[in-house]
Amino acid sequence: MAVLTESRTALPTGTWTLDPVHSTIGFELPYLAGTFRGQFKDVDARLTETGIEGAARVASVDVKDENLSAHLQSPDFFDAERHPELSFASREVEVAGENVTVRGELTIRGTTKPVVLTGTVSGVVADAYGNDRVSVNLATTVDRTEFGLNWNMPLPSGEPALANEVGLNAELYFVREA
Amino acid sequence: MQVLGISGSLRRDSYNTKLLRAAEELLPSFVELEVWDGLKSVPPYDEEDDVQPAPAAVEALRQAVANADAILIATPEYNSSVPGQLKNAIDWLSRPLATNPLRNKPVAVVGASTGAFGAVWAQAELRKVLGATGARVVDADVAVGHAPTRFDAQGTLVDDDLCEQLEETVQALLAETGARRLALAS
Repeated sequence: MAVLTESRTALPTGTWTLDPVHSTIGFELPYLAGTFRGQFKDVDARLTETGIEGAARVASVDVKDENLSAHLQSPDFFDAERHPELSFASREVEVAGENVTVRGELTIRGTTKPVVLTGTVSGVVADAYGNDRVSVNLATTVDRTEFGLNWNMPLPSGEPALANEVGLNAELYFVREA
Repeated sequence: MQVLGISGSLRRDSYNTKLLRAAEELLPSFVELEVWDGLKSVPPYDEEDDVQPAPAAVEALRQAVANADAILIATPEYNSSVPGQLKNAIDWLSRPLATNPLRNKPVAVVGASTGAFGAVWAQAELRKVLGATGARVVDADVAVGHAPTRFDAQGTLVDDDLCEQLEETVQALLAETGARRLALAS
């Protein structure tokens, strides 16, 4: 198996749909002395041998406080009313063994920017019900202000409370379409 | 199109209420501005009173905001910040955060003060507060400093530059309101 994994140079053949229950599309960024994390619960994605595309509904943003969730959906942040979805579409994919590099366009709050995502792609595994499964883990960092998410709050020191650099991570679990 | 005007000053001869009236003069014919006069009757926010039905003055305020297409707030500045009674009214409006009537509502903030700076700090703080409630805050401002010299005896704003700024702010508010209508209709 190891030899096969290391020799992979392309995404698996066929068309794959996301298993949203076992997938996570999330973000994290420095806030005060720690890290603020959240994820989107309503997501979908599609994998083919030529690329990956997916979307997340802003209304499903999941953080540990309902007031924070409401603020994240407001015009101060994602502006869910006007821009209900975040989306990504790949343009170019390189696979080298288990490593994958995906170049594509990320759209947040109606602004589209090129991004490079790096991560891993698993081998194909058949589950107990005869379904083929494969996982793709991807991550990148973006500057949220480039997408118009500019909110901040100055600390007493004058420093901003919230960082601009945001880590995006996607743990995508795909099932082969019948 | 309905714009709700809220003056942060309770005084009968308020410069901020005059500023709202000046804005009303600049509105196109299809837009109506109603100046809300219930601020003084809003009780202090107490979570124990924040139940259904809300106090009558609060219910009236929430309904007025919900019915309006856009909000124009004119605020004075008390001790470098937002007057307490205005902030209190916004605190009532903001609850619960996820469904409050200010959410996504286009709001513009202007201000007048007897001092030199035209309530710029109060305006900035008010925009921050409104952003936290989920309002769609318009990026425009009008700072009427030395207010007693800017209005004539009939309460008309007589400074050409300020009139121009007020018109730009009103237009920005109406543009945001129109954009929201289009977005919701699509």
